[in-house]
Amino acid sequence: MSTTTDPSSAPHAPAAGDSPLLEVDGLHVEFRTRDGVSHAVNGVSYHVEQGETLAVLGESGSGKSVTAQAIMGIVDSPPGFVTNGAVRFRGKDLLTLPERERQAIRGQSIAMIFQDALSALNPVFPVGWQIAEMFRVHHGSSRSDARKRAIELMDRVHIPAARDRVRDYPHQFSGGMRQRIMIAMAIALDPAVLIADEPTTALDVTVQAQIMKLLRELQQDSGMGLILITHDLGVVADVADRIAVMYAGRIVEQAPVDRIYATPAHPYTRGLLRSVPRVDLKGQDLSAIAGLPPALTNIPPGCEFHPRCPAAEQLCREDRPPLITVNPGRSSACHFSAEVLNGTR
Amino acid sequence: MEHADASPSSSGGPILLEARDLAKHFPLRTGGVFRRHTGSVQAVDGVSFELRQGETLGVVGESGCGKSTLAKLLMRLEEPTRGEARFKGQNIYDLSGKAMRALRRNIQIVFQDPYSSLDPRMTVGDIVGEPFDIHPEVEPRGSRRRRVQELLDVVGLNPEHINRYPHQFSGGQRQRIGIARGLALRPEVIICDEPVSALDVSVQAQVMNLLASLQDEFGLSYIFIAHDLSVVRHISDRVAVMYLGKIVETGTDEQIYERPAHPYTQALLSAVPVPDPAVRGQRQEIILAGDPPSPADPPSGCRFRTRCWKATDTCAEEEPLFVSRPGTDHDTACHYAAVRDDVVVHRD
Repeated sequence: MSTTTDPSSAPHAPAAGDSPLLEVDGLHVEFRTRDGVSHAVNGVSYHVEQGETLAVLGESGSGKSVTAQAIMGIVDSPPGFVTNGAVRFRGKDLLTLPERERQAIRGQSIAMIFQDALSALNPVFPVGWQIAEMFRVHHGSSRSDARKRAIELMDRVHIPAARDRVRDYPHQFSGGMRQRIMIAMAIALDPAVLIADEPTTALDVTVQAQIMKLLRELQQDSGMGLILITHDLGVVADVADRIAVMYAGRIVEQAPVDRIYATPAHPYTRGLLRSVPRVDLKGQDLSAIAGLPPALTNIPPGCEFHPRCPAAEQLCREDRPPLITVNPGRSSACHFSAEVLNGTR
Repeated sequence: MEHADASPSSSGGPILLEARDLAKHFPLRTGGVFRRHTGSVQAVDGVSFELRQGETLGVVGESGCGKSTLAKLLMRLEEPTRGEARFKGQNIYDLSGKAMRALRRNIQIVFQDPYSSLDPRMTVGDIVGEPFDIHPEVEPRGSRRRRVQELLDVVGLNPEHINRYPHQFSGGQRQRIGIARGLALRPEVIICDEPVSALDVSVQAQVMNLLASLQDEFGLSYIFIAHDLSVVRHISDRVAVMYLGKIVETGTDEQIYERPAHPYTQALLSAVPVPDPAVRGQRQEIILAGDPPSPADPPSGCRFRTRCWKATDTCAEEEPLFVSRPGTDHDTACHYAAVRDDVVVHRD
């Protein structure tokens, strides 16, 4: 069992009828820079279903945001190039679609919100105008009609006094309110999938709680699939159904949320979980992961985590472990995942 | 509850640093030729605390609550509007010349951003050794290079990298350089202003461990300012919670995290996601409405009342005293302070 490829993480062109809502399949993205080729995404596969929340967890440089950018087709190119793989929305590969068709899907069916709402909004237009633009461009609505719907949306994301604030500019809103405006724009056209890239990282913890609650509400109302990209193990534990852990451009572990925290199946996941300060470990050293993530221009041979892995052996230095099923619904890219899982390694 | 072991407890050493009613108001002026004074931002407004030798005082609060201004006041990078801060009994704002320089040796700071707090054109050796240029009496010129290499070794960097530049190091390593610079003059107090918030989780743990081991080794006292409540709990003996320029609650880490009595502390703790899906739904969720008010125009009475579910007319009229109220075992600034234990998950 432990040597078969996980069907859920590497599907082979499924029939249109039972294809997942959104699926990334064997995606490779590289950035060709002066300092060499940076391998940001190296064969990532994941999928999200209707009403489901998939959390993509990783530290900076793990490729989690670049994967999302590739889904949206907004990788900066050059220097970035999608060199292999597919992004299928209801079975249709977006990467091979003509730009015009793709644009219709982007925004309409798949929307994205970003970490930094201030720089994602246009400073010289009123926020209501920017939200209304979604309706004018995608639906050809009239100006007054679009504006009315912008106000409705601002209400829906709980911006107080929406009618009065529709003419305000982004700088007149607080960070949390700006993120709500971003969310209003993203959900304007009732997307089937929402990608949230570190939506609360720049916010205070009480405001973070407000925004996460809003996203949860909206998801319950609309049944959209949510891809939540984050580095915060706490946020993930609170909202995710499934987790994909990324390291150096690959998924190293994928599992349902309740199981990954109790019994991680990859040494990196285990290390991450142990790095978080916990009440019962106060006064003791945190078990930090030694060393640093590799440079993406120079990913080590074998397992990309082996230089930092306390359990690494000669095999790990030579042979890159594929992402394999360790249990129904969970997979790990570690040669010794079974032993990690049962705690003997 | 008793601290029988050697861990530094709040009742431990003598008081090193003590703030009394410390305040910093920044004047607001209109632009143009005739600049008029139109009010002030009350960044820090009446903060009092004590820091004992070998102790870590955690300061938590959200952006704009005045934590970083407090750090600058304690470094005397800002002059206070009122109040005083005493280091070993001496008001630091009265000192001048030589005495002030001696004080600066004893209180050092580590900044949040390891990218902008290091001069990119200086080598690591120059950065860590620069304090000796200002305080030449600490280390004779001849032995400085060796001392810098020692310091690099202490913080876990390779002493042979003394001639490298900051850009050749990662974020976590740069933070170690900042810590080495902070240690150079053998200070007694180090103020850590968000020292790990720019770092990834796995690297953050490394730096936290380093700070803890340096404290044991050199008997340092820390003021540890951060917005991450779990990080603060891990390292602190006592914790002060700030809201809009004021301390609203202080106590031992247990008092604050297990038996919070101020509504703001309760909301803050309830908002922190717990990295364990097994506890989902096991605690009361308090979602505060709105954003913190502007410190340029704070609410009358209790500053938290505009977002508080317990607020009454009294809260608008009377500023609550900072005292321990019946039923609670530590100081809070709330008329209706009451212990609440359903906002955190208790572990046995």
